[in-house]
Amino acid sequence: MTLFDGILLAFLLICAVSVSVTRNLLASVIIFMGFSLIMSVIWLTLEAPDLAITEAAVGAGVTGLLFFATLKKIHAIKAENGKPDSGAPEEDGNRDEK
Amino acid sequence: MVQLREFLTNLFANYYEAAAMILFGIGFTSLLMHRNLVKKIIGFNFMDSAIYLFLAAKGYITGRLAPIITDGNTDPRLYVNPIPTGLVLTGIVVSVSVTAFSLALTCRLYDKYHTLDIDEITYLARKERD
Repeated sequence: MTLFDGILLAFLLICAVSVSVTRNLLASVIIFMGFSLIMSVIWLTLEAPDLAITEAAVGAGVTGLLFFATLKKIHAIKAENGKPDSGAPEEDGNRDEK
Repeated sequence: MVQLREFLTNLFANYYEAAAMILFGIGFTSLLMHRNLVKKIIGFNFMDSAIYLFLAAKGYITGRLAPIITDGNTDPRLYVNPIPTGLVLTGIVVSVSVTAFSLALTCRLYDKYHTLDIDEITYLARKERD
């Protein structure tokens, strides 16, 4: 076990736990994208460069975009000026697990 | 005691598989325990990744290279097993489709019930049915 592999795997598990702990949906999606990037480095160390390419493009890119589109649709992402989006039911989208 | 030591030695030797199983446990827990649908979908993705990590780690052979022929050397003993890699590549694409489908269903549920809480959705759906 090289030190690099250990660090990567530990980071993977930390990401997975912190998604459960975070209360903000947007933060958990961003952590999930970071998890996908770490996963693609792990594919490189496992000598699977095709998987690394796919994971970086699909796992971090497309899945992240899908999640962001969903969060936008359910008004969990606030608009830039601090106000909620047009016609947003204020607290519904932001309400996570209590 | 000897058995325990042997167990720990084997666990440490197969650290990729051990980490994959722990990751599967974390994903399964968040799939079951969270009430928020988006968190459930993320947990499902963690389970996917854990299985892919397990398969790819099974195909990996220490000290060998990726199966890409560069200098005309076609000796198969130089390369890692490419079959799990190909299977996992298919699986990653399928998991993205499943994620997209679940997120679409989540959007529809939110449009209908205006909440992401699975308990509340079940309650409202049951009340609607009765």
